[in-house]
Formats: sequence, structure tokens, C-alpha cells
Amino acid sequence: MLRDLFRIDISPLVWPVFRRHLIVFSRNWKVNLTFNFFEPLLYLAALGLGLGAYVLPMEGLPYLHYLAPGLVASSAMFATTYECTYGTFIRMEFQKSFHAMVATPVTIDDVIAGELLYGTFKSVLYGSVIIIVITVLGLVGSLWVLLVPLVLAVAGLLLAIISITWTGLVPNIDNFNYFFSLIITPLFLFSGVFFPVSGLPEIIQKAAWFSPLYHIVNLTRSLVLGQVDLSLAGELIWLLAAIALLLPFPFYLMRRLMIK
Amino acid sequence: MDVIVAQNLTKEYNGFRAVRGINFRVREGECFAFLGPNGAGKTSTVRMIYCFSPVTAGQLTVLGMDVRTQAREIKSRLGVVPQENNLDPDLKVLQNLLVYATFFRLPQRQARATALEMLDFFGLADKADEKVDALSGGMKRRLTIARALINKPRVLILDEPTTGLDPQARHMVWQRLRRLKEQGVTLILTTHYMEEASQLCDRLVVMDQGAILEEGEPRQLIAKHIGTEILEVGFAAAREREIVRELNGLIRGHQVVGENIFLYPHDGQELLRVLQKMPFHFGHQFLRPATLEDVFLKLTGKKLHD
Repeated sequence: MLRDLFRIDISPLVWPVFRRHLIVFSRNWKVNLTFNFFEPLLYLAALGLGLGAYVLPMEGLPYLHYLAPGLVASSAMFATTYECTYGTFIRMEFQKSFHAMVATPVTIDDVIAGELLYGTFKSVLYGSVIIIVITVLGLVGSLWVLLVPLVLAVAGLLLAIISITWTGLVPNIDNFNYFFSLIITPLFLFSGVFFPVSGLPEIIQKAAWFSPLYHIVNLTRSLVLGQVDLSLAGELIWLLAAIALLLPFPFYLMRRLMIK
Repeated sequence: MDVIVAQNLTKEYNGFRAVRGINFRVREGECFAFLGPNGAGKTSTVRMIYCFSPVTAGQLTVLGMDVRTQAREIKSRLGVVPQENNLDPDLKVLQNLLVYATFFRLPQRQARATALEMLDFFGLADKADEKVDALSGGMKRRLTIARALINKPRVLILDEPTTGLDPQARHMVWQRLRRLKEQGVTLILTTHYMEEASQLCDRLVVMDQGAILEEGEPRQLIAKHIGTEILEVGFAAAREREIVRELNGLIRGHQVVGENIFLYPHDGQELLRVLQKMPFHFGHQFLRPATLEDVFLKLTGKKLHD
């Protein structure tokens, strides 16, 4: 099994697979994008303005300024995790697209690599859209913000890996609810999007270190606010290490599912 | 030249032996069918040919290449029409073909030319901008075959190409497949329709429970096992022994099917006359041409469809 885990057969045919997803995306990108940035805007309005009026400055910032970069990270997370659970599953199970692709020179590993790239793409795009919005709203304080898309790419790849691993482990559309209520929602709430983790009991603070979103939020917020120091390298290393560690699993699990 | 050679080909799923060490060869330019009921191992066999399922044991070469080591090369030269429609519902008709072409790394201009040619060939030229879901079952099937031809393969594999189609749509597919064969494309198909096998195939193997029971040309198989005609005699099964004894010189064989007996006459008209003089009361007596279904029935003792 260990040998199977690392025998990944990918080729340049990953690109046409990814391109197929982009073509489909480009057909209704307006609708997709509109809905996706609508929700973060609601949070920004309700919590940033509404609740924020009653909240003391956080880490020296007005609440709206604190919240905005967090929402960049979280909307990237939601875009990718939805795509690589529901989206991937629908393509595999209902549309039988994977089956169609692997009847060509494309391998199942190429297909999965294409899915990961698409998940990454969604993170970058949906996070960047929120960046533009908060820039327009005057909530961005530094040119370091230009590096956020790179962070979103790393973040997107990791979240895509995690999502497809879940999809490969529990290939059942009803069980994606558990993924969101047991994993994604807790990450959303306790990774420093809405408030600093430092105010929480120590055990939760320690748990937060294991949350990918915690590191993504730290990076995003620091770059948006221009608070750049060497600790950010640590956050990036955390994400890259997690990618290196988990990368073989989506391939292995989907191969196991598809190849019979 | 043989485009496909299988030796002792075996497929197991978690210990279940779906294909039990079969041997066959497919010649270039012929139409070759795997005929058998559901669960016979036909789909498992063709899935190994198009490198979707790994071979459990035995040898399998496609176009001279080993499926174990040269899957990508083999797949680049095959056309595959799977059992389930898996057209891309997110793409329009023409786009389905164009995007599929990119998986073969075909140059865009060439892909477009082939795609338009194929749509035309399959009577779908006016549907190029339609959504796939707007097509009828027959059109979807034709589009799936068109898609499989985008890389101009010399070998086309069709897993139950007309299952679920109405007779008219089925004939349309058959007609196109015959024209492809005339153009020299090797056709490999699985089917449980006798008519499909006899209409299209040069040679076929009859499969049941993972094994090949017989191999040959459709007419030859019918002639070998049955003859030319069948006389069906209703409600005669109870008197099987008496009838067979009485008609001994007139029939080559017989098969009990439910309450009826199928007799294989040397001379159908003659047998019918003799039968009508017998002092038994039968149900219907029906003289008809023998088919592959009768061969299958004789080989397995069961019908292809229940």
C-alpha cells in the first residue's frame, strides 16, 4: 500500500483537465462570483458594521478592519472546499466525467491533479475578489496585499487536498454535511477570522495551531495590514509542510475508488 | 494482423472471478462481439481492453502493446463508447467533442474539423450549440460514438451501444457502425441483443459466467448448433420423450424451454406435417428461422433475456 501511495502517474494532460473546468466556469462565472462574494459582504455588513459598533478595537484595530482580511481567507476556504467536495463528487458520481476522461490518455491521477488545480484556482479567485472589495472599502493598509493571491494559492491547494481526501474517504453526498459541520464550520469560527484566538482558553489556542485556516488568516491579515515580519515564514512553512504530507492521499483514495 | 490478443485473461473483484481465463483474438477490420447476458463478464473484458480495469491474471495486448505497461499509448489509439452515457452535461454538443479532443492533445484546428465532420456523419450537425441534456437518448448515444471517434481511432470499443434505445434509434446507430466498418475501423462490441450481433458482427464469442462458451461467425454458429430453422411447439414439454422418440429421424436436436419444446428440424415443412398427424394435443406450432438466441439457449439452457 505504501508503494501505491506514492506512485502518482501525472502528465501534462493535467492542463486539458483543468482547462475543461475553466471552460465550464467561464460559462457562468458572473453568477458564481456574485453569489460567492455576497455572503462575505453580509458578514462584513452585519458583524463589521453592526456588531462592530459595540466591539472594542481588536489588536488595536477597528473591528471592521480586523474582520475584513479574515473574510478573505474564509471565503477562499469555502469556495475551495465546496468545489472539491460537492463539485468533485458530482463530476465523478453523477456526471461520470472521470470515467469519460480516463478512457482517453488521461489517467485518474491527471484527473485528480486537475481537480486540485481547480480547487486552488477557486481559492485564489474568490479570495482575490474579496480583496478588491475591501480595497474599495478602504480596509487595506499596505501594498503587501499584492502577495495575498500567492498565499491563497498555497491555501487553496492544501484545502483542495483535504476536501478531496474527505471525498475519497466518504464518497456519499449526504456525508458532506458532516465535513462542513464537523470540520469547516469549527475552522471558520475558531481560526481567528472573527476574534483573536489569544483570548480563548489555552487548549483551544493549541488546537487552533492545527487549523490550516488559522495560518491562512494570520498570513492574509498580516499582509493586508502590512504587519510583515519573519513569523510569517513560519506560517507559510506550516502550510507547505501540510501540503507535502497530505498530497499523496487524494490520489491514492480516488484511485482506489475509481479503478476496479 | 490481430489487434487484440487475450491469453488466459482473468479479472477478479475482491475474490469474485468475473472473467475466468478467456482466450480470444480480434482481427483488424472486423466487427467482433462479446455476446452474453448481464453478468457474463463482457463489460469487465472490454474494460480491461481499454485499460480502465487492471488485469488480474493472464496476458492482454492491444495493437501489439501490453495493457499493463502501455496504457496511455493504447488509450490514445482507441475509441471508447462506455455503457453509461458520460457526456459532459456542463458543455454543449460541439464543445463536448472539442474538449474531449484536448485530452488526446489534438491540434485545435484539426479537432474542430474532425468534430464537425463527426457531427455531420451522425446527423447532429444542427445540434452543435444545443445542451447535451436537450438531446434524445438516441442522439446522446450517437454523440458518444462521435466523441469516441475524435482521435480517428482504428479500433472502436462499444459497450452495449444500443441498450435502452428504441428500434428506430438502434437501426440508425447500426447503420453508422456499418459505415465505419466499411471505412476499415475495427469494431469491438458487447451486446445482449441477438439481432445486434447478427446484424453487425463478422465473428463473436458467446460468454456466460465469465467464460467463453463458443466462438465463430454468427451463421456458422447457428448452422453448427441448430441448423437453419426452429419449430416451436407449445405445451409439449411434458411429452418430451415421446415426441423426440417419434420424430427421431426428422430432427437434429431439441431444447425444452419452459413448457415448450424447440425442435431443430432437417426439413421444417416436413416436420410440421408429421407433427400435426401425431395423436397429441399441442399448443402453438411455429416454424421460424433459427437465431443466435437459440444457440445461446442450447449452450446454456437459458435465455438471454428473462
